[in-house]
Amino acid sequence: MLQEAALTETKTETYPVTGADLLLRALEKENVEVIFGYPGGAVLPLYDKLYHSKILHVLPRHEQGGIHAAEGYARISGKPGVVIATSGPGATNIVTGLADAMMDSLPLIVFTGQVATGVIGSDAFQEADILGITTPITKYNYQVRSIEDIPRIVKEAFYIASTGRPGPVLIDIPKDIAAGVSDQPEKETEVNLPGYQPTLKPNYLQIRKLTEAVSRSKKPVILAGAGVLHGRASKELKEYAEQQQIPVIHTLLGLGGFPASHPLFIGMAGMHGCYAANMGLTECDLLINIGARFDDRLTGNLQHFAPHAKVAHIDIDPAEIGKNVPTSIPIVADAKEALEQLILQDGKPPAHKEWMETISRWQEEYPYYYDKESVQLKPQKVMEMLHSKTEGDAIVVTDVGQHQMWAAQYYRFNNADRWVTSGGLGTMGFGFPASIGAQLANPEACVLAICGDGGFQMSTQELAIIQELNLPVKIIIFNNMALGMVRQWQEIFYESRFSHSKIPLQPSFVKLAEAYGIKGYVIQSEEEAEEVLDEVLHNREPVLIDFRVDPDENVYPMIAPGKGLHEMAGVKP
Amino acid sequence: MKRIICLTVMNRPGVLNRITNLFSKRNFNIESISVGLSEHEGMSRITCVVHVEDSSASEQITKQLNKQIDVIKVTDITDQSIVARELALIKVQAVPYTRNEIYSLIEPFRASVIDVSKDSMTVQITGESDKVEAFIELIKPYGIKELARTGTTAFPRGTQRTSQQSKSYSIV
Ligand SMILES: Cc1ncc(C[n+]2csc(CCOP(=O)(O)OP(=O)(O)O)c2C)c(N)n1
Ligand SMILES: [Mg+2]
Repeated sequence: MLQEAALTETKTETYPVTGADLLLRALEKENVEVIFGYPGGAVLPLYDKLYHSKILHVLPRHEQGGIHAAEGYARISGKPGVVIATSGPGATNIVTGLADAMMDSLPLIVFTGQVATGVIGSDAFQEADILGITTPITKYNYQVRSIEDIPRIVKEAFYIASTGRPGPVLIDIPKDIAAGVSDQPEKETEVNLPGYQPTLKPNYLQIRKLTEAVSRSKKPVILAGAGVLHGRASKELKEYAEQQQIPVIHTLLGLGGFPASHPLFIGMAGMHGCYAANMGLTECDLLINIGARFDDRLTGNLQHFAPHAKVAHIDIDPAEIGKNVPTSIPIVADAKEALEQLILQDGKPPAHKEWMETISRWQEEYPYYYDKESVQLKPQKVMEMLHSKTEGDAIVVTDVGQHQMWAAQYYRFNNADRWVTSGGLGTMGFGFPASIGAQLANPEACVLAICGDGGFQMSTQELAIIQELNLPVKIIIFNNMALGMVRQWQEIFYESRFSHSKIPLQPSFVKLAEAYGIKGYVIQSEEEAEEVLDEVLHNREPVLIDFRVDPDENVYPMIAPGKGLHEMAGVKP
Repeated sequence: MKRIICLTVMNRPGVLNRITNLFSKRNFNIESISVGLSEHEGMSRITCVVHVEDSSASEQITKQLNKQIDVIKVTDITDQSIVARELALIKVQAVPYTRNEIYSLIEPFRASVIDVSKDSMTVQITGESDKVEAFIELIKPYGIKELARTGTTAFPRGTQRTSQQSKSYSIV
């Protein structure tokens, strides 16, 4: 619908047009539904055109909130999130979000205003060299030098951001280019990027090699990362795992790619992963990595990582293969295409009865645990309640810290695209605004924004968006009166010298919510939690719940820095 | 170990910055980098000499470079039969009684004198880096006032010898 309207508009539009017109038209052609933007001098020509645009414009109260919201939107919708920021401080405020999106491979199109072409380089008012600043943290970036280039650049940017390994693309637009007029008719452009041709189809020989390796294997595991989600390949992953009876381990970012309730699911691996998953990686003889990048928080000390395994790695980014872990079966491909080919091979499943029994035993003997008898409200208990009361099908968006790990451990995802978290960069302040984008991408879903008391205070200002759009996000604060994850490390590695990690003096989060017209609750016990959650989780209203959880609780198991995956601490009470 | 990597890149704004940025972001050690237009319009050729620990590190460099949108082609040509040249300009102190001696060093290296003043002369030398290096060492005792090197530029020879041959010829 939107596209049709845009097309007819294009035809009837008379020339000359401004750069800003061309830009908006290009966005309409890409079916952009929502823009997260913040105005300022250098983008005024663009904002003047947005005044009449049909595209929903969301005004965050800080550009960083805007870009994190766009990330949440991108993760859930699978489409690039679109951001606008003005030059100078507007542009530098989005730097963290770009780095975050780059690390976690999220497609973004970010427009920054720039000072007029004639004064670039003169330290003009609100000038920042945003191309220089963002080159290492974008998949690609552009500065528009001529009005006529706008349609091509926008088209290329969407293509680059959303194909291959997704990532953020920044387009810097000098003010005179946005305001300037072109009298040339808009040319139809084709994407022509000879240096960018992602490999999607797997190499047949490697697929054969892997199929044979599986048949011969006695202890196979699949490690499934976010590549499965970006490639929309969860159906194929399930089919392949079932066909070959290979147990599946997830990375933090991959959660939901494979159903947690499936008998072949082992659990999440890594620094706070479960015993069975970490031992599975340590003991396996064949490790099939699908779309994970062997991040150090997953592998622990590389010297002890998967010491007995033949490693196969399916990744759309060839540079990830062999980067951290030597790989004998490299498969550069899109996860879905590779899995389809593997399924077609219909190889002989491995004979691995003992292995499956060993894994079950690990799972039974060393599950996640917490003190269920405690009089204190345990954060893990709250996560379990949230899981059961949303039937495991909410969209869970987290910030960074202990609460993030408890969410990953206790919210057992059965579906893809229900999980948004900042993994690679570990950005505090990400969760709450990202939940706003997630809700906009899926308006019907129940969205839980799981935040720490510390991280929430890095983006409280975005309560304004919730109020303005009346988004039914459920803001869940795990209030442990501390920068909990830092407190935990200080307890364990710095002899409990809690240097600047306790924050006993806190605002009233409930009053803060109320200031934005949002209902708030403080919850101190399971009984209260029962009552309030039943009331608020199923209505279409925003809410903030301040859970006063046990301030001394730690996340276990835990792998200390420098240790191998098998050296988990705290696997048993 | 030392690797010579050849790149063909789109001549777009900021492309050199992208390449050098990548080297610093990934903590790769560049010894030299040389850039110039290539035989194709709109494309440049970059030659980088890098130091890496092992072959997996050089593979990583090649892959990361290849990922760059503006990079069309990357080849690690170290193990191929190649022609590689570097140019250096050396301004060396030369008083009348050392001048002849310096000339006698220049000749076997096929270097040339391109400027002379009362107390110095400027020598231009081209060749593989080792040769340039050796010449600089020889000339150092006379007092080098200024030195400028272009870094290596290289590409594969027209005909490739099949096996890797170690160079047994003199560097001169
Ligand atoms: C922007 C940023 N600054 C600092 C950190 C380091 N850090 C990681 S977790 C954490 C504590 C988070 O505290 P809180 O939000 O209350 O969550 P909790 O761990 O208590 O659940 C800190 C400071 C970070 N990840 N991001
Ligand atoms: Mg906290």
